[in-house]
Amino acid sequence: MAKVTFNEDRCKGCGLCVTACPKKLVQLSNRMNSKGYHPAEITNQEACIGCASCAIMCPDTVITVQMK
Amino acid sequence: MDFKKTKGLTDAPLHYCPGCTHGIIHRLVAESLEELGVLDRTVGVASVGCSVFTYNYFNCDMVQAAHGRAPAVATGIKRARPDDIVFTYQGDGDLAAIGTAETVHSAARNENITIIFVNNAIYGMTGGQMAPTTLPNQITQTSPYGRDVTVVGYPVKVCEMLSQVDGASYVERVAVNNVKNIMKAKKAIKKAFQNQIEGKGFSLIEVLSTCPTNWGKSPADAIKWLDDNMATYYPLGVYKDKEATKND
Ligand SMILES: Cc1ncc(C[n+]2csc(CCOP(=O)(O)OP(=O)(O)O)c2C)c(N)n1
Ligand code: SF4
Ligand SMILES: [Mg+2]
Repeated sequence: MAKVTFNEDRCKGCGLCVTACPKKLVQLSNRMNSKGYHPAEITNQEACIGCASCAIMCPDTVITVQMK
Repeated sequence: MDFKKTKGLTDAPLHYCPGCTHGIIHRLVAESLEELGVLDRTVGVASVGCSVFTYNYFNCDMVQAAHGRAPAVATGIKRARPDDIVFTYQGDGDLAAIGTAETVHSAARNENITIIFVNNAIYGMTGGQMAPTTLPNQITQTSPYGRDVTVVGYPVKVCEMLSQVDGASYVERVAVNNVKNIMKAKKAIKKAFQNQIEGKGFSLIEVLSTCPTNWGKSPADAIKWLDDNMATYYPLGVYKDKEATKND
């Protein structure tokens, strides 16, 4: 299984990770971060296949993927 | 796969606009330097453009050059300190307009340096003016009706041009518009640094990049615009590889 974590306060809500996820598991949340952006979050951690596409697409290295 | 932030980047938050792919290119350069184990002997040369602050982001020594002059500054550093790994990070306004002479002549001399050339078809930092690389009919602040090639001429294709320069060792054009292309871009950038380590001479990697802000598009639409327009006018691929030709 894979665990995806977001360094939320670094996220600019650009949404490139949302389009990159082949399983459509990433969305922009309704919350706001300290920068005033809607940060990306994962909707269903269990369904993640650990491909790291979201992390590879992120311009701000917000995302960490850990296989366990 | 495991993915964590490379040690080649500092902890400073990038100042780039949301969805600007400058950040992806920074990461690919930083990862390459870390994986090749040369971070502690690398000197980067920042240019003038949105990437002017790269000296805050790369975890190696950095110098700031005047607009367009990065290849000349890199030449001096490399010749004085041949064991250092020296690279420039330049936009299209920097490299293909005011810095054309420095680019062509450092290639002609086959300087043993690595150039990362970020082509976003616009002057990003100064507010979206037309660049030499702006596409025909592309709307910018200074071409509000679209680039008229009968008045301002045609875009400069840097890889095609440098492929005709005998001195240049390795010239490739890549893009960072999807995961697959990002992996390919990483391979090219790493090879460009590996070439320098092996003393093979001048390497330039042109990276097609987005500028959502000045293109007036959302980050996702900017990626699509790159796909549909830039990648067709500027085909991806290897334009010169002396080593490969030698082995043929
Ligand atoms: C000698 C000089 N002339 C002009 C400028 C103004 N200027 C600053 S950045 C820039 C162009 C930046 O465009 P580019 O290199 O494509 O980088 P981008 O911001 O698009 O990444 C220009 C013309 C300057 N700083 N110095
Ligand atoms: S102006 Fe364009 S190139 Fe500059 S940081 Fe913003 S999106 Fe990126
Ligand atoms: Mg530019």
